[in-house]
Amino acid sequence: MQFATTSSPHLSGPQSVTRVMGMVLLALLPGTLAMFWYFGWGVLINITIAVATAVTAEAAVLRLRGRAVGPVLIDLSAVVTAWLMAIALPPLLPWWQTVLGCAFAIVIAKQLFGGIGFNPFNPAMAGYVLLLVSFPVTMTRWLPPDVLSSGALSLVDSLHITFSGTPPLGQTWDAITSATPLDEMRTQLSQNLMISEIRESPLWGDFGGRGWEWIGNWFLIGGLFMIWRRVISWRIPASMLGALILVSGLFWAIDANTHPFPAFHVFSGGAILGAFFIATDPVSASTTPRGQLIFGAMIGLLVFIIRTWGGYPDAVAFAVLLLNMAAPTIDYYTQPRILGQREHEDA
Amino acid sequence: MDDGYRKIVLDGLWHNNQALVALLGLCPLLAVSNTLINGLGLGLATTLVLTLSNVSVSVIRNWVRPEIRLAVFVLIIASFVTTVELVMNAYFHGLYKVLGIFIPLIVTNCAIIGRAEAFASRNPVPRALADGLAIGIGFTLALVVLGGSRELIGQGTLFEGAHLMFGEVARDWRWVVSEDYPGILIMILPPGAFMGLGMMIALKNIIDRQLSRRKAIPAAHGETSAARV
Repeated sequence: MQFATTSSPHLSGPQSVTRVMGMVLLALLPGTLAMFWYFGWGVLINITIAVATAVTAEAAVLRLRGRAVGPVLIDLSAVVTAWLMAIALPPLLPWWQTVLGCAFAIVIAKQLFGGIGFNPFNPAMAGYVLLLVSFPVTMTRWLPPDVLSSGALSLVDSLHITFSGTPPLGQTWDAITSATPLDEMRTQLSQNLMISEIRESPLWGDFGGRGWEWIGNWFLIGGLFMIWRRVISWRIPASMLGALILVSGLFWAIDANTHPFPAFHVFSGGAILGAFFIATDPVSASTTPRGQLIFGAMIGLLVFIIRTWGGYPDAVAFAVLLLNMAAPTIDYYTQPRILGQREHEDA
Repeated sequence: MDDGYRKIVLDGLWHNNQALVALLGLCPLLAVSNTLINGLGLGLATTLVLTLSNVSVSVIRNWVRPEIRLAVFVLIIASFVTTVELVMNAYFHGLYKVLGIFIPLIVTNCAIIGRAEAFASRNPVPRALADGLAIGIGFTLALVVLGGSRELIGQGTLFEGAHLMFGEVARDWRWVVSEDYPGILIMILPPGAFMGLGMMIALKNIIDRQLSRRKAIPAAHGETSAARV
């Protein structure tokens, strides 16, 4: 970090893309390490495969388009996309599915629209949704949150599963995998169990799933770090989580037997990761201050709606993509007043 | 072949392909192209309707007043669609059930009324017939290619359900890439149709650009030599 030592006026240095993306990667580290702690080597294997694919795909497309490869690759945006997608993926996903999703994110969702700064959709979430829709079985095959501490899967085991696509010798998928807390809550609720009964299972922690809630906390720390460093504004995360808490709190207050406590929604699945790292993508999100509040709140609302009544257990990716589509319209109607112009003067 | 007909055929199949260039009739194109056979079935039904409606519109073109022409075109198209629907229901019942609502919806395929208005109502019967066939086959080819590639990528087969169209003999036409191909489900679903069509349009544009480049080079040479003379 550089400190300005000259006399005033102190102009802040240019906030380059590389610097911002580097900050994002730094902010992702605590949450990623927490995921590694709970879900084992698969997390790191996924990140490695995804980053390698993204960088290769980006270089290949830039070469095809006749653009300079070097300056774009060092802006780290492909690495951030790959990283975000990789930590959303289940740890034991077959390697070629990670490659496919990541290549789709970079080639179709990002470069075909014109590369960095032009993509209407968040590339990481586009790739994730492609995989989620295409491979529902492998994409919902999560691990119980104590793989590393129980020593159940070594690095060699994880590599074997990732690259062969088969469970370790003598074991079945059911023995080593586990539903995510959101999935579990959804299945049990559909069998007319009450929340208090569902929560007796050892899968649960204080708010959300055991392990999952701590991962959420570490991502939260990374997110707060980004707000403090002005990498992202507070508006989208605050309005998204605020809306999620508000609407889930309302339904919880009406019927606490069939609607989980708001903190469950916040600390499960991708809510915190989505609020700080995914919905805040500067390219595909809303850019006006009021627009960002609306954008975030709509995502929070949609996350609750899709999680509660939709067909998929988690909803952050779908909600973000839907609001990406709406972002230009939101921006159009929330243009801030130009300095010196009276309200309602434009027309 | 007469130059006029050559142009009609080339336009229908390639330069003015209704699916890839005019982007007409996209609703059935995107909805039904999830397998090759579905695409072929809808394509042939559309071709039949298009040819018959083109011919009829051309026959009556001198007697219909311009004020009411669109209503008449719609009536003609609707009658042929109903006929095709009933015939398919009788002889290709399985395929009819698969294609479902999209057979009656051929009425709303804007490619058909587009050709009636833009071509058949201004041209004699033989030319209108050629145009209907060419446009219809061009549309069918686009449907077959899109349906085939979606089926291949999405579920790893080709000619799934061929018996619906060609009878029991065709049951073992079904071709499987590999038994453990996992299938990329999104290609069967609606987003796959949009992505597939986008890719096909891009491919067509690439081919066109290559062709015009190849054509431009000899032409440039010809001009310089002419200038020298």
